[in-house]
Amino acid sequence: MIINKNEIANILTKLAEEYLVIAPVQKDGIVQFSAIKNGAEACLTFANTKKPGKEILFPQSEELYSYTIDTEGVRMQANVDQKETIVFGMRPCDVKSLVLLDNVFKNDQYQDVYYLTRRANTLIVGLGCNEPAATCFCSNMACGPFAKEGSDIFLTDIGEAYVAEGISEKGQALLAKLGLGSATAEQKALANQLQAETKADGGVNIAGIAEKLGGMFEHPFWDSLHEKCLGCAACTYLCPTCHCFDIADEATDCNGCRVRNWDACMFPLFTLHGSGHNPRPNGKARWRQRLMHKFNYFVDRYNATACVGCGRCIKNCPVNLDIRQALADIRALD
Amino acid sequence: MEKLTQQIRETAKKLLAEKKVDLVVGFAQGSLPLRSTPYFARTPEQAENLIWSSTCENNLANYLRKRGEKVAVIAKGCDVRAIVGLIKEGQIVKENLYIIGVPCAGMIDRKQINAAVEGKEILAASDNGSEILLKGKDFEKTVAKQDVMFGSCKTCQYNNPVIFDELLGEKVAAREANYADIEAFEALSDEERRAFIAKEMSKCIRCYACRQACPMCYCSECFVDCNTPAWIGKSAKSIDDNALFQAVRVFHLAGRCVDCGACERACPMGIKLSLLTRKMVKDVKELFGAEAGVNLEDPPALNTFKFEDKEDFLL
Repeated sequence: MIINKNEIANILTKLAEEYLVIAPVQKDGIVQFSAIKNGAEACLTFANTKKPGKEILFPQSEELYSYTIDTEGVRMQANVDQKETIVFGMRPCDVKSLVLLDNVFKNDQYQDVYYLTRRANTLIVGLGCNEPAATCFCSNMACGPFAKEGSDIFLTDIGEAYVAEGISEKGQALLAKLGLGSATAEQKALANQLQAETKADGGVNIAGIAEKLGGMFEHPFWDSLHEKCLGCAACTYLCPTCHCFDIADEATDCNGCRVRNWDACMFPLFTLHGSGHNPRPNGKARWRQRLMHKFNYFVDRYNATACVGCGRCIKNCPVNLDIRQALADIRALD
Repeated sequence: MEKLTQQIRETAKKLLAEKKVDLVVGFAQGSLPLRSTPYFARTPEQAENLIWSSTCENNLANYLRKRGEKVAVIAKGCDVRAIVGLIKEGQIVKENLYIIGVPCAGMIDRKQINAAVEGKEILAASDNGSEILLKGKDFEKTVAKQDVMFGSCKTCQYNNPVIFDELLGEKVAAREANYADIEAFEALSDEERRAFIAKEMSKCIRCYACRQACPMCYCSECFVDCNTPAWIGKSAKSIDDNALFQAVRVFHLAGRCVDCGACERACPMGIKLSLLTRKMVKDVKELFGAEAGVNLEDPPALNTFKFEDKEDFLL
């Protein structure tokens, strides 16, 4: 199928009549996923959104349920979001991150109704990256600028138009409904060429890293890695795969709600026990946790690395602590 | 800059070789264009990695609190102001710190530079002293450093370190105090100010990069992290809670903020935090004639009381 760029705004506006349409929107110089009513609001020429796509299915703060107490007792209201949603224009790294997060929220021990309900009701239109940034290394991370895994529809920008491919059944059904023209053989060839030739190779090699990390818990490497880290959550909050959360009750008088908030292993409160003991009491233990979780524990548990190479942690770290360098240093260790 | 880099390396190597210090905290080349990164040199060989450039933006005083060993630091004017404040607050033992002062002509702001190239990706940058040459995939652009300096650097009056054990490089001319940005903000109506703050706070993701980057923010438990009682909602979607966090953070810096701008630099969301901190710096200066970290003698502004202190803001 082919979508001319000048038709995009109209198509999105029309879809927004029926679905909740979420697209990248530029505001104050920052591109973020945002619900749109008017298709012209969508900004599809972005390198990547500031906050990762995970926030659509796993919001930074989510009211799980609310309650009120009155003379008759306690009334509880679950807040499961059931809106039919289309996410239009998510980069392949972010789409891949959702595939990874599925493991966390749907496994043999736990099924998260909030995440999974949204997931089931959300259709994802992935958008390939013609010009990956210098900080991107998705090609090194079982992903890539044109990786289609997880997308329901996949778009390839060929200049004046997007070549649209229906990947899943529901993606194909939506494409059929839009009544688009077919891509010509020439357009398809151009898309194929872009898909085959565009790479985001940051020179990151994680072959053998999981095994190596497995034997490194007590290694002196961890003594200095964290030294310049300030202990903020810019890296984890802006990471598409970081998924640790904390649950808090927020209540005033007889009304309250239980809120799930993103947590970050960089914080002193992370894994702090009620007793006051913290198994990760300092920057060293927290940084070890961050790298181990992504490149060892997650691999052990789900057979995949919890990093998609989007480069957000590199771009946004206030002290330029570069995860690519950390991985290279680990590789170089005897 | 090249010359300063050489001087810094020589000084650091000497201090480490003679075992006068165990550690030199400075900057090394970063992994991205226009980035340097804090660096910890423990051997004369490691001191070869130290650099000085217009991108040494972090406030290194952050790494100096409560250290056991003897430490030297490569410190620009604002780092030294923070060090002075921390010495007064008992966080740094002056005798264990060797300050290698570096006069600072101002650091350059990547956000302004990115805006100057309309967000296009910068793949290489070089500094000829007064200008930065930026190169990308299909563009080249030269920007004057003066035009892309951090706001806090443009109005810095203490760019020459106020105390040091050794000063490298030439002193630079201090700038004029200029609170035009704050005066413009003060001139707005209550409604306009409220709307502006709400807009800025709506961007906050509560990553606490501002708090962590601030050399003067070192409470062992921040009030936002406290659960019993929970002084503040933990979710980032409440603009009021985000504003409360910032308000308390800034009030806690009353008379202590050294106006280094580290909070705003660290913010990944581009929130104009210095508007709040600088408003208070200006107020403290006007109301009490006090400035934080400008000498070792003045007591911290909030540690003193005089009968003639202004109190017309009290209820």
